[in-house]
Amino acid sequence: MSSALQARLTRLGLLLAAPALALLLAYAVTTLVLEIAGDPAGDVWDQILSWPEPRNLVNIINAGSVYYLSGIAVAIGFRMNLFNIGVDGQYRIAAFVAAVVAGEAWLPGYLNTAFAIVAAMAVGALWAGIAGLLRVTRGVSEVISTIMLNAVSTGLVAYLLRKLAVREEGSNDIGTREIPSDSWIGGFPLPGASNEVYGFVIIAAVVGIAYSVVINRTRFGFDLRATGQSETAAVASGVDVKRMIVISMLLSGAVAGLVGLPILFGDAYTYGVTFQSGLGFAGIAIALLGRNNAIGIVLGALLFAFLEEQANPLQIVVGVSPQIVDIMQGVIVLAVVIVYEVVARFGSRLEQRQAGRDLGTGGDAGAGRGGPGDKEVART
Amino acid sequence: MNTAHALEQDIDVAVRLRGIGKTFPGVIANHDVDIDVRRGTVHAIVGENGAGKSTLMKILYGVQKPDSGRIEVDGAQVSFSSPSDAIKVGVGMVFQHFMLADNLTVLENVALGAEELHGIGAKARRRIVEISDAYGLGVEPDRLVSELGVGARQRIEILKVLYRGARTIILDEPTSVLVPQEVDELFGNLRELTSEGLTVIFISHKLDEVLAVADDVTVIRRGTTVDSVGASSVTSAQLAEMMVGSELPSPSTEFSTVTDREMLEVLDLTLPGDGRNLLDAISFTIHAGEILGVAGVEGNGQAELVEAIMGMRSGVTGTVLLAGRDISSLHTRQRREAGIGYIPEDRHRHGLLLDAPLWENRVLGHQGRKPNAKGPFVDAAGARADTQRIVDAYDVRTPGIDTIARALSGGNQQKLIVGREMSGEPVLLVAAHPTRGVDIGAQGAIWDHIRTARRAGLAVLLISADLDELIGLSDRIEVILRGQLVGEFDPSTVTPQQLGSAMTGAG
Repeated sequence: MSSALQARLTRLGLLLAAPALALLLAYAVTTLVLEIAGDPAGDVWDQILSWPEPRNLVNIINAGSVYYLSGIAVAIGFRMNLFNIGVDGQYRIAAFVAAVVAGEAWLPGYLNTAFAIVAAMAVGALWAGIAGLLRVTRGVSEVISTIMLNAVSTGLVAYLLRKLAVREEGSNDIGTREIPSDSWIGGFPLPGASNEVYGFVIIAAVVGIAYSVVINRTRFGFDLRATGQSETAAVASGVDVKRMIVISMLLSGAVAGLVGLPILFGDAYTYGVTFQSGLGFAGIAIALLGRNNAIGIVLGALLFAFLEEQANPLQIVVGVSPQIVDIMQGVIVLAVVIVYEVVARFGSRLEQRQAGRDLGTGGDAGAGRGGPGDKEVART
Repeated sequence: MNTAHALEQDIDVAVRLRGIGKTFPGVIANHDVDIDVRRGTVHAIVGENGAGKSTLMKILYGVQKPDSGRIEVDGAQVSFSSPSDAIKVGVGMVFQHFMLADNLTVLENVALGAEELHGIGAKARRRIVEISDAYGLGVEPDRLVSELGVGARQRIEILKVLYRGARTIILDEPTSVLVPQEVDELFGNLRELTSEGLTVIFISHKLDEVLAVADDVTVIRRGTTVDSVGASSVTSAQLAEMMVGSELPSPSTEFSTVTDREMLEVLDLTLPGDGRNLLDAISFTIHAGEILGVAGVEGNGQAELVEAIMGMRSGVTGTVLLAGRDISSLHTRQRREAGIGYIPEDRHRHGLLLDAPLWENRVLGHQGRKPNAKGPFVDAAGARADTQRIVDAYDVRTPGIDTIARALSGGNQQKLIVGREMSGEPVLLVAAHPTRGVDIGAQGAIWDHIRTARRAGLAVLLISADLDELIGLSDRIEVILRGQLVGEFDPSTVTPQQLGSAMTGAG
């Protein structure tokens, strides 16, 4: 049992080392960029790394919950080697449909809310399912089809918005009919803050728990992970890969359908031309950062939200564009991808050596990971 | 070996190998390989799959370093640490699977990676035409590769190595992708090459072709050279016998445990392929307690047969009955749950999740069954306990069940797979090359496990290229050739000549 414990501790250590290393790298590169641009790097870091006010904390949690849902949606695909780039289009069309449904208020109160949520998930699933079907019937890469579907959904939503939208009084903004207030999802306060945390945070947490349980504990999740790790081995074990592709695209799309809803039910109450965009692409970065792990994605989502919230006043406080955060986020994701791969190879090597030592047969048992990366490992 | 020693006096040897050996963890791939390749000849190297041909070629081409022995090219000892070292002394390789970019022209493909030789423009084109004319290759430099047929592509591959200055060309199974007319054309090209003083090393297991084109033939068996002979002084039946070995192992002396209960019945199994059928009206029966061995040179339908029985292939027609129940339309998962254990040919691709811990690998393929499943959930505790049982019972050497599969040696990975597939009381075991690439100790252990299970009434379909294994385990041997079962033999009376000629279609 002690060897099992040791293996777990080693794995945990590697798990924590990777993001720490990535963040350090991002810190260094951002500092370098600031120095080269002649901006006060020290002041920028003082602002970003200061402890947020309660009001900002609420904003971070709210933005984080949206990012979290987006990250989970992407992670479902990643777990079986599907790259759902279409979360962006899926959440927008789903949020639009939810706004229309809830705005029409065919049902009273929270029934209306629940119906709109289900509608959003169904539409998201459907939109992603198109890509899944194309993949299994025509062999179209889901990367290509989801990108295309993003463009289609942008156009479709804009078109439908013109048809169905109402103009807000005294504004050029058009949007769907406002959701009646008895269908809003109420928030809860944080001490010292004037604004409220989205009630939808709880739904996001439930989604996260469900994701974790389904992926890690169920037979379905096992099949999904097995397919992601080795499609050939999964086929030999009796997994119907085509069916799995369609189902996981549907699930990914259903969760993507939730992404815009915290904002819709907790803040905007209508889908208009100014509805927040780009949340799906952030989800890709966050899923990578969180290693497709339910807890990891929480941290990734909060980190992204934190950086954005803290960077907001940069222009006023130190005269630096808050877009510096985009650079930071980009570098974090790049660093994370590289560092994770290096650490994974290192860990694999370590375990092989460990197995060799335990059995007294010397290292390099079994199949090495091989490849050009080995040199990097040696240096680490 | 007489021929080899006689040739040693001959000064005109292009490539000489002496005492080449190469060991991988747990496997001896090559030992004491001695070959002399005379300049200006076609020298064929023949042997069963797994005999060590491909490792030998990798050594000669600089992909792998030998552990022992020496390589001489044009009389000078050489040491390769990469293919570019090999090409520097004039040794080039044409692979079985072409490495050409379809969307580039012939010229671009040839110049790619060798730009420093003649650039990428007019000079390169001139050189290509020169080579093409000199050896009658008929290559048009400005055609797009995507417009060309297989034969033309192969000539481009040959031209590529000539362009890079090769004087000795290794061809790995060059005829396997060609139709008969193209084979004749290729042989014409090879004669052209040798008449201009170039040397060709030709790897194949098609004996008739070897005899048609080669000047000398070297036979490899179990990692070492058996003999080198002149092609004119040998028949394909003799070659087949040399490939298979003159002594067959004695069959298992155990009492037969074959019963009259039909466990697996295969009727008229057919799988259409490009042109000819990959499986052609295959029918056989395996009884409880019986091991049916399928012998054959690799690539004659063994892999397809296994995948058809496991339900992993679409387009299969015919009937598969398991204990009387028609499973032809069942999905792989259902077939497994109906009681088929499956030891796949390629354990890394089909048998394991290499980066998952051993206990998750215990679950693989048995997701829906006890002790791995509890309702819709994976029963981690049950699977872990049963993994520990397999590790103990099958002597899987591992630090623990949380170790990733990749960290284990091939033999231990295979013992885990065997243990897993023997779990859940299978009625049929489909075992494809169950001891390939494992060390002797693990091999014996796996054989014992299969024998024990047979005694308990297990029916086994055993696919193997290892005659020791086939004859030592099987109650009956069927030979597969070009997707058809072409002969049935009793392992206690079969002769190597019979097996060899049935397997190669010779004689």
